[in-house]
Amino acid sequence: MLQLTYLIILLPLAGFAIQLLWGRRLSDPVAGGVATFFIGASFLVSVGVYLDLLKVQSPVRTFTQDLWTWIPVDRLQVHASLFVDPLSMTMVLFITGISMLIHLYSIGYMKGDKDYSKFFLYMNLFVASMLILVLGSNMLVTFVGWEGVGACSYWLVSFWFTRDSAASAGKKAFVYNRIGDAGFLVAIFLTYDKVHSLEYSTIFANIDKIGPANITAICLLLLVGVVGKSAQIPLFPWLADAMEGPTPVSALIHAATMVTAGVYLLCRVNPLLHASPDAALVVAIVGAATAFVAATIACAQSDIKKVLAYSTVSQLGYMFLAIGCGAYEAAIFLMVAHAFFKGLLFLGAGSVIHGLHDEQDLKRMGNLRHYMPITFITFGIGWLAIAAVPPLSGFWAKGDVLENTWAAHPALWGVGIVTAALTAYYMSRLTGLAFFGKDRWSAEVAIDAEADLPGAHHAGGAIPEPHESGRIMTVPLWILAFFAAVAGVMAISSSRFSLAGWIDPVFGTNLYNDHLGSSAIWTLSTVDAVVAIVFVFIGLRLWMTRAERPALEAAFLKGAWYINELYDAVFGRPSERLAAFCAEVVDPKVIDGAVNGIASVVRGSGSVVRRTQTGYVRNYVLGIVVGTVFVLGFMLTRLWWS
Amino acid sequence: MTHTPFPFLTVLVLVPAIGSVLVAIVPRHAVAAWFHEALGVAVSVVTLCIAGTIAFKFKAGFGGFQLASDHVWAKDLGIHWSLGIDGISLFLVLLTAVLFPLTMLGARARRDPRSFVGWLLLLESACMGSFVSLDLVLFFLFFELTLVPAYFLIGGWGYARRGYAAIKFFVYTFAGSAFLLVGILAVAFIHQSQTGVLTFELPALMHTHFSGTEGVLLFLAFTAAFAVKAPIFPFHTWSPDAYAEAPTAGSILLVAVMAKLGTYGIVRFDLNLFPQASRTLAPLLLTLAVIGIVYGALVACAQRDLKRLLAYSSLAQIGFIALGTFALNSQGLSGGVLQMVNHGLVIATMFILVGWIYERRQTWQVSSLKGLQSPAPVLAGIFTVAMMASIGVPGLNGFVGEFLILTGTFVAHRWWAVAATGGVIVAAVYLLWAYQQVFHGAPTTEDTKTRDLGWNERLIVAPLIILIVALGVFPKPVLDRITPSVNQLVVHVDRVTNTKVPAGLEPRPVAAAQQHPGASSAIAPARPPADLGPAAAVTTGGTP
Repeated sequence: MLQLTYLIILLPLAGFAIQLLWGRRLSDPVAGGVATFFIGASFLVSVGVYLDLLKVQSPVRTFTQDLWTWIPVDRLQVHASLFVDPLSMTMVLFITGISMLIHLYSIGYMKGDKDYSKFFLYMNLFVASMLILVLGSNMLVTFVGWEGVGACSYWLVSFWFTRDSAASAGKKAFVYNRIGDAGFLVAIFLTYDKVHSLEYSTIFANIDKIGPANITAICLLLLVGVVGKSAQIPLFPWLADAMEGPTPVSALIHAATMVTAGVYLLCRVNPLLHASPDAALVVAIVGAATAFVAATIACAQSDIKKVLAYSTVSQLGYMFLAIGCGAYEAAIFLMVAHAFFKGLLFLGAGSVIHGLHDEQDLKRMGNLRHYMPITFITFGIGWLAIAAVPPLSGFWAKGDVLENTWAAHPALWGVGIVTAALTAYYMSRLTGLAFFGKDRWSAEVAIDAEADLPGAHHAGGAIPEPHESGRIMTVPLWILAFFAAVAGVMAISSSRFSLAGWIDPVFGTNLYNDHLGSSAIWTLSTVDAVVAIVFVFIGLRLWMTRAERPALEAAFLKGAWYINELYDAVFGRPSERLAAFCAEVVDPKVIDGAVNGIASVVRGSGSVVRRTQTGYVRNYVLGIVVGTVFVLGFMLTRLWWS
Repeated sequence: MTHTPFPFLTVLVLVPAIGSVLVAIVPRHAVAAWFHEALGVAVSVVTLCIAGTIAFKFKAGFGGFQLASDHVWAKDLGIHWSLGIDGISLFLVLLTAVLFPLTMLGARARRDPRSFVGWLLLLESACMGSFVSLDLVLFFLFFELTLVPAYFLIGGWGYARRGYAAIKFFVYTFAGSAFLLVGILAVAFIHQSQTGVLTFELPALMHTHFSGTEGVLLFLAFTAAFAVKAPIFPFHTWSPDAYAEAPTAGSILLVAVMAKLGTYGIVRFDLNLFPQASRTLAPLLLTLAVIGIVYGALVACAQRDLKRLLAYSSLAQIGFIALGTFALNSQGLSGGVLQMVNHGLVIATMFILVGWIYERRQTWQVSSLKGLQSPAPVLAGIFTVAMMASIGVPGLNGFVGEFLILTGTFVAHRWWAVAATGGVIVAAVYLLWAYQQVFHGAPTTEDTKTRDLGWNERLIVAPLIILIVALGVFPKPVLDRITPSVNQLVVHVDRVTNTKVPAGLEPRPVAAAQQHPGASSAIAPARPPADLGPAAAVTTGGTP
């Protein structure tokens, strides 16, 4: 099966090709079924490859598949080749698995959309790009996937392109990603300059050639790419806007997979990061700061998807905190657990939005537990999991991160535990507003069109009674809920599912060893659990009874710390003015003015010889034609004679 | 060197010219209305087949000129009908051969198709001639000859301000060419004073020794013509007017093919003739290139007219080509040459599409168009692919060229590459902005009536899209032919300038000319011994 690794990517690509060629001729559910089938097939091949990889008996299980020579110029030889090891395999398994479930869900969710097949076209291309990203054996193949997922994200965020807000959000997502990608590119150039290769294995083998300063530079440049893709400070504002996309897109791309690409990349280059403690510290600080800031913003949002979006940013911050501490395995653990529970929460939110006829405002929900019981139960599992209530997966994964942080940087642990409290609080606020309390959706509300959420297709008034979603949407919910609940078994080192036993050889000695005694671990875990339970209680208590508590929803937090406004004032508007100045003054007046000035000077001084010059360009042109023909004719005759 | 009994390159140049004459002598009223256009397409397709045969005959992994033919024309003046093709010119010839028939099909004349087709064929002949000429005078003649059809195409079939645009284009580029002519003569006379032989053939002249000042001045004279033609910042102000006012066919060919005459001229003549000056002045040219990239992108952001936006985006793209060229190493130059082809394909696709939008809506103003993706999804999809290629999304051709250029530049001149990478970001801004304005949003009633692409139109852009994808995924066959020629050039420049290349970075030895059986014996006696470089060109007709 290892030899079939390329099929993991080729199958989603085949799905893409079929949708591209015949998509518009496939009827409603068929297009979705075809797309889901190819992702499912890719998942099965992944499982096969995984089982084969298990049979490889060596300290580090790896397999490289060279497909073709992509860019060969002199000593720069870039191959399109794939690299399978426990790290990339973990990514592949959860990407294909979760993608399959979300594709299945989308068959129901996107029903009746006029661009039904186009949705699955982009989704399949996205999955293929994401798999290229994680399977690439060199930085450039990773970059192909990196840009590919960015492009797909652009198409999918602006999927409902007739809405200006969706179109703008897609553009914003792409541009923010591009800023990051520029950093990634420069990191690639610098790496090539130092080791003359982009293969990860060659880079890591020649790490002494790079030199400490350059390693730090490469790591920080990669971090620029990472903060763009994974929505960290300072490039995080695009993710909230990206919620304009259909909800399955938010679940797959902006929660479970694409945004975790940064986590994967930094884990992939762990030897570099290990060699540069400074860069690692920057990663940890960026992660902790983002986790905290995003969590505070999530506390004050009233759009259900925006809460989840900021929550994703915050959780990703935890993962980078772990990476910065050298706890790569903890980061991967949280990433996998997060993919389950955040994917679940988004799909649950999608079910709610669907049931409420495209209403996303939490303040217009309430008491949905009686109308959407399956959604409520599964969403509830996701809620408790992300809040880190034991024994659900989030408790183990977040506990792992926080223990390592405690041992490495106790101050950052403080930020982490405060964020954990905020997480439990805002998720309980969300659950309380949506599923508990009185139903507010039945009330007539006068909604002025400008304040209305872009997602709401109705102008106002009462929403018809909510309904539970169909089975094609609830089955994926149940499956994700199951994994969100039990993924904690990966933490048990003696179990067959132990993540550490499987993935730790990838990191070897680069993995941070926290040396905490069992009493310390017990104490920390107890603190985590107590914080989670207390703040779940507080959040639920506060928000299941009342929907309006202005004191707890500061404008500053609602406005996301006014980051957008700040960037607009500092970068956006000045560069617009600069562009306008160049286009209206520099180009026509200065540069072209100089050209015309020279021309008129020449014309003035040429007045003496003007007699022979008619001034008509066509006469000159004719002169050239005649002259050229004459010269060519002369030569041809000479040629004839010679 | 390769001997070829059949003068492929001469035929390549002459077929479109003969076609042009045919079109001119068949009177309009004697034949059916479609005759001249059909004849034009047929001739350009024949030319494409010849170019295809040349590509088929071309040996990969070999850096010198191939399929060469050399006939003395004016013995006293030392002018030769000397043609040859190498990896640097091969794909520009193919690009030209592919784009002319597609342009004739996709961007037809609104009136008087006979003259239109005639001028187009003459332009094709002149472009082909420029790309395969190895004699400086011959090159100059073809280079100048391109101006004539281009002038008439803009002036005759252009839009509102066509007269102004045509004159500006003509005078500006003609002024640049004056420097080139003086430069060519000076090079030949200096060579004559050193060797006693008057010749205009590049393989001989490239071994001429110039003093520092001579080299710099001559380099500047040559570059003046090429920088205007390309155009390179700050010599670009004719281009937005010319591209915007020209008929669609004119815009396509001006920017996709004729602009490459400028960048090709720099690679072929500046670098071969004046290696020392090229290295000395590289920082200047790199700086202009980077300014072009950033400035072009910035000004493009402020454009409200699709054609002008594409014109400024081209300024940025040409900046990338110049950047790679003056990295003066294997990656940068190969990337630059590849990017000439890539940019040609992508910008041609965009101009064809914009032309079709104009056919439907009679406007290029971004503000008059909205939500076209709803009524015209195929048009939108194809525009998206071209846009992503232009932005440099990997998997499409633009990325490969851009990556090679930036890598090469980074190795040689780190900070210029970093600054240029910033330009990559801005490219996304203006193209996505334009796309959003034109294709996204809720369409108005007029917008909803916009017709999507028909099957004929899809077939016209299909080859371009296929090439855009193919060159992005599997550029190896192209690079395997470009790189050996580029490496010869890099070795030539390094040797003349005595540049010590760091160990591990020197270009790999290529199948150089003298290693090829029969090469040295076939060299014309008047020329210096061929060692490396294009000097290895060999005559087919024998020297008289």
